Amino acid sequence: MLYREAGDFKTSYQEDSQTFPIAFDRYRYWAVLAFAFLVVPFVINDYWANAILVPFLIYAIAAIGLNILTGYCGQVSLGTGGFMAVGAYACYKLMTSFPDVSIVIHIILSGGITAAVGAAFGLPSLRIKGFYLAVATLAAQFFLVWLFNKVSWFYNYSASGQINAPERTVFGVPVTGPNTEAWAQYLICLVFVTVCAIIARNLTRGSLGRTWMSIRDMDIAAEIIGVNPLKAKLTAFAVSSFFIGIAGALFFAVYLGAVEVGEAFGIQKSFLVLFMIIIGGLGSIFGSFAGAAFLVVLPVVLKLIGVDLLGWPTDLVAHFQLVIVGALIMFFLIKEPHGLAQLWRLAKEKLRLWPFPY
Amino acid sequence: MKDMLTPYVTDDGRQIGETLMDMRNITLRFGGVEAIKDISFNIQEGEIRAIIGPNGAGKSSMLNVISGFYNPQEGEVWFRGKKRPPMKPFQVARLGIARTFQNIALFEGMSVLDNVMTGRLNHMNAGLFSQALWKGRAEREETENREAVERVIDFLEIQAIRKTPVGRLPYGLKKRVELARALAAEPKLLLLDEPMAGMNVEEKEDMSRFILDVNDEFGTTIALIEHDMGVVMDLSDRVIVMDYGRKIGDGTPDEVRNNQEVIDAYLGVAHD
Repeated sequence: MLYREAGDFKTSYQEDSQTFPIAFDRYRYWAVLAFAFLVVPFVINDYWANAILVPFLIYAIAAIGLNILTGYCGQVSLGTGGFMAVGAYACYKLMTSFPDVSIVIHIILSGGITAAVGAAFGLPSLRIKGFYLAVATLAAQFFLVWLFNKVSWFYNYSASGQINAPERTVFGVPVTGPNTEAWAQYLICLVFVTVCAIIARNLTRGSLGRTWMSIRDMDIAAEIIGVNPLKAKLTAFAVSSFFIGIAGALFFAVYLGAVEVGEAFGIQKSFLVLFMIIIGGLGSIFGSFAGAAFLVVLPVVLKLIGVDLLGWPTDLVAHFQLVIVGALIMFFLIKEPHGLAQLWRLAKEKLRLWPFPY
Repeated sequence: MKDMLTPYVTDDGRQIGETLMDMRNITLRFGGVEAIKDISFNIQEGEIRAIIGPNGAGKSSMLNVISGFYNPQEGEVWFRGKKRPPMKPFQVARLGIARTFQNIALFEGMSVLDNVMTGRLNHMNAGLFSQALWKGRAEREETENREAVERVIDFLEIQAIRKTPVGRLPYGLKKRVELARALAAEPKLLLLDEPMAGMNVEEKEDMSRFILDVNDEFGTTIALIEHDMGVVMDLSDRVIVMDYGRKIGDGTPDEVRNNQEVIDAYLGVAHD
């Protein structure tokens, strides 16, 4: 009964093209934001931050990034892990080279560096499509991980080959390093997620988003109405990598603190983020959040049920997780290619008419 | 007969202007096959120009040459008094040439409104940062272009399906949305590749009316390929007839209708 659009008239085109055209959606959005910013930081503890909230927020940024490239522009990429590594190592080099500059600026710059790298690896996309492009980005994944392993300049010649985030503060509160408190970790990620999501939404609802989607849906027709395919694809790669780079920087600096590249940013990560957007919904910002939440929460829930409740061995539960994720991917690809976001949309459409069937 | 290359006024009072597009000795080959053989013709500003011919005559290839998909091996394309160098399709689009396709080429994943808005992409050039913040130029452009798009939507009477995803629309409406997308670009020259293929009589009547209205109200020059002879003869000011890549007739519908070579090509001729 709450969810109504009748009587919610728009009198200008600005109002009509806003992010949440339905009033109830708008109120709920503000309510969620208020809860996330004003309530959660006071009740959060280490377990919630480390197991669920912080990885969820960081993966959400990465998923938004990949969704722009794959969901909006239709270019499949398996290089997400590699690009996250670029963000992480860029952030590490910036943190250690310019210790006086704010970490926030470092993270944004890491995004910028990743954008440049992403655009360079996006160049083949003009010539190759689909599976072949996926393989080309796979090359980016392996090359970048190899590079960060091999060239010791990237990890400042440390003996372990690891990179460790030194302590950095924002407004006097440490956000990286071992003294970071859970709420500070959570809050900095939340700020980045919020800003990234708003930017992504603005880009995708405007002319740039339409350029990307036209390339995705039919590149020949897009070209005939005046879209330069090279420019469209490269901006998609750049913008997508920008977000993925930020996610990588946060993942390293704020979440893990210490990173070994093959372990943290291997091919597994590329697939994980790809699964997030497939399950969450291709071509939807909300879907990126839904997919990230789902795949972050799933192992935790499975562990709670399997290990703690039923007393199964840990490795069995871990294998179960693989089976379940695999089955879900198949289910969504066949039954609902637009993912959880589409299910949510359908639910909302039903809700509009509720309690009447039509 | 009227002198075709000078401006004149048609019987129904439309102003036909100077030469807009001039194709000179176009030859297009695919390997050893000559799809277009040494064809020259022109399109005058404000007219409706039809290209007809049996299947495989090279009509669509000709349209593809005009819209920049193919670059001819020989010959020159002159547009608005300037010789056009070989170009990519998106550059041709920016010169003011829009087209529709024989088999609908809409963006299925987007709403009707977004599809038509893509037609305005060349009129929008807000920077990345303005778009990211949805402030300043990006927001202003969005509103201005939305107004232009709404005028096209009103004109083609598709207001009711504005927010519908294109994938859900029936065939006839899709054709109309595709026309809307091309019109939204405000082209100087509009190319229609079989705008009425697969339509019933009523839909054909609607489409004919829209084509005439577009030409009349916006003064858009139109070049179209169509198989329905009744439609072609009624709509067009001048007709080109092609057969096996050659031009076998060019003139007003009446002239073409009485051209012996054209009759032979369509009805077949006894070889002795």
